[in-house]
Amino acid sequence: YMQGPLTPSPGIHPTYPYKVVLLGSTSVGKSSLAYRYVRNDFKESLPTVGCSFFTQTLHMEVATVKLEIWDTAGQEKYHSVCHLYYRGAHAALLVYDITNKETLNRAKLWLRDLEKEFLPDEIVIALVGNKVDLAAEREVTTEEGEEFARTRGLLFMETSAKSNHQVNDIFMAIAQELLQREQKARAPSPHGRSAVSLGESRVRTGCCQP
Amino acid sequence: MAADVHKKKGWEVPNGSLTPGDGQHTERSESPTPGLAQGTEPGAGQEGAMFVHTRSYEDLTSPEDGAAVARSPEERCGEPGEPTTMEQISKDFSELSTQLTGMALDLEEEMRQSKEGKLEPSPQTTRRDSVLSGKEEEDVTMDAWRMHRKHVFVLSEAGKPVYSRYGSEEALSSTMGVMMALVSFLEAEKNAIRSIHADGYKVVFVRRSPLVLVAVARTRQSEQEIAHELLYIYYQILSLLTWTQLNHIFQQKQNYDLRRLLAGSERITDNLLDLMAHDPSFLMGAVRCLPLAASVRDAVSSSLQQAKAKSLVFSILLSGNQLVSLVRKKDQFLHPIDLHLLFNLISSSSSFREGEAWTPICLPKFNSSGFFHAHISYLEQEMDLCLLLVSTDREDFFTVSDCKRRFQERLRRRGVHHALQEALRTPFYSVAQVGIPDLRHFIYKSKSSGLFTSPEIEAPYVREEEKERLLGLYQYLHSRAHNSSRPLKNIYFTGPRENLLAWVTSAFELYICYSPLGTKAGAISAVNKLMKWIRKEEDRLFILTPQTY
Ligand SMILES: Nc1nc2c(ncn2[C@@H]2O[C@H](COP(=O)(O)OP(=O)(O)OP(=O)(O)O)[C@@H](O)[C@H]2O)c(=O)[nH]1
Ligand SMILES: [Mg+2]
Repeated sequence: YMQGPLTPSPGIHPTYPYKVVLLGSTSVGKSSLAYRYVRNDFKESLPTVGCSFFTQTLHMEVATVKLEIWDTAGQEKYHSVCHLYYRGAHAALLVYDITNKETLNRAKLWLRDLEKEFLPDEIVIALVGNKVDLAAEREVTTEEGEEFARTRGLLFMETSAKSNHQVNDIFMAIAQELLQREQKARAPSPHGRSAVSLGESRVRTGCCQP
Repeated sequence: MAADVHKKKGWEVPNGSLTPGDGQHTERSESPTPGLAQGTEPGAGQEGAMFVHTRSYEDLTSPEDGAAVARSPEERCGEPGEPTTMEQISKDFSELSTQLTGMALDLEEEMRQSKEGKLEPSPQTTRRDSVLSGKEEEDVTMDAWRMHRKHVFVLSEAGKPVYSRYGSEEALSSTMGVMMALVSFLEAEKNAIRSIHADGYKVVFVRRSPLVLVAVARTRQSEQEIAHELLYIYYQILSLLTWTQLNHIFQQKQNYDLRRLLAGSERITDNLLDLMAHDPSFLMGAVRCLPLAASVRDAVSSSLQQAKAKSLVFSILLSGNQLVSLVRKKDQFLHPIDLHLLFNLISSSSSFREGEAWTPICLPKFNSSGFFHAHISYLEQEMDLCLLLVSTDREDFFTVSDCKRRFQERLRRRGVHHALQEALRTPFYSVAQVGIPDLRHFIYKSKSSGLFTSPEIEAPYVREEEKERLLGLYQYLHSRAHNSSRPLKNIYFTGPRENLLAWVTSAFELYICYSPLGTKAGAISAVNKLMKWIRKEEDRLFILTPQTY
């Protein structure tokens, strides 16, 4: 692909830690997505207890991004503690199961919670429709998810943790968007963490991968 | 100090003292037992205990700290005043036990006979029974369902199903209805434990407002033991919700459907019931340690102790359901029940295998009104070594996570990693190591440390049923030894397939199982030999120097 306008300043390669939280109903596949992303594997897992923490380091052109992934439990008894886990997050993945319409509704409720807690430019939010390998059982069309994400300014992707479809991509898209925002935020001030200059985002197309 | 006692051989049993005499009511008085003072028995910690001191069942029926206001002080097993079925049964079992000596009769047979022959059910009991059996015929027709040896139900006081061990709660909702009808008979006292005996099974109720727990059991367990298991289930629910939250919910809405909040936790409860059927830890109310050379354990404990943080209350390293090390905040004691619940939580979820878990957890015996936050992780992918760091501060994840890193680093630097790995390869020892040919298995509990040791269960207890049968025999002896109306210190049981002996003192409990060909005299000398062996091995089998930070 084309070498984008992302040109690292010579000699400076900063590391940015970002907190990313996975939210969504129980058994939509949050842990499976995290596991696929971090270990590139899929195995039957049991519901998460409380929250699981993973890290993944991405060496991008202009910076090293350290994703601190908080995989929350979707079970109702943990809802009361969930705000604990998303507090201070830089990004959130709202995961639903494309074979279960109700889980999309639940994701919308999570969005409402996030919007109460964060200003729009404080957090990158992605809507993720998981389990696309189960096409025959689909209850939520791609268009429906896409349209909702568009109206609310969310990143959107359909994934399968099982067949490894677009899992890397969605995390990468988030990392790119975070870096881009970092740059924008720093633009007015030359005394930021770095002097990295980032150009246009290629994130929203949902298909980029460096 | 402990070594002195060893030399004095103060624990040797005078010949013949192990047989329960007929009607020895004097046994109930706290006469000084031949043997060890508490705190000097094998396995007793040299620098104090790690656990809250427990007294087998008694503390299970006593009110909890956080819940004291709602608890009736009258609370006890059976109905006060009138002779209940339970007390009756207990009495009969007492008599039975003396007859058991030297008799080659299957225990189950015994129990059946005792029920058919000696127990006159009160008219009230009969009425209750008929309610149950009538409905059971109607509503639950699947034979398989009825075949299960123990059914466990949890329902709210409003009669809403909360948990059922087998089958969906919906399918059994009519059974639940019957349960509720039964519960209303038992209305009067909150938090009471009652039971009903019908042909071949016992129905035991434990009421812990706002929940009612019911077991229908065909096992040979006593009511106390079944109630004890039900209370574990109750505590398991509290560990997820806290007592405060549970009560708040039902105060807000009496007919709240708790299944919503507990959804996904059924397997944790299932696992607990399975564990209780196999693991003597629950019966003994004690914790088993991974056999480990004292030098290695001390190094592990020191590493754990040094990796402390302000918010940490307990640092626990475990392998399977065995304790490797436990470090606690000064003056804070863990209750064995709380540790058992943690063991169960970890063994029932594979999700801890990946990443680092950070989860709210209530330790109901420690404090039933609030959550701790626990950091749970495995040290290495292939190693069955799970680290649990219990913190008071839910915001403290990164500090606590760093404690883990520091702990691992220290382990490496002390060079005990390899020794630990080796120990994990043989997490159990064989009874053959003791060198007593007729000895098949034993359980030894040090009362002051709250720790017990037990070899691997080996032939002839190979099949699951056989293992369960052995545990059933221990359960029987245990219930006899702790019978509230007539506890026995020594029980000698002769069966067709094995002989057993129980010896309970103020310092320890010992249960041994040996060949049916072994004589009583042989058993007594085996006990002496075994106690010597345990003393010799105690620093490997127990945690003698628990640490604090
Ligand atoms: N077919 C298919 N199954 C999936 C996929 N992702 C997850 N699953 C399955 O869905 C179930 C739940 O997956 P988890 O990853 O545990 O779900 P979760 O969202 O983490 O659930 P909680 O931890 O309870 O919140 C498991 O049986 C997974 O194997 C997928 O992409 N395709
Ligand atoms: Mg999960």
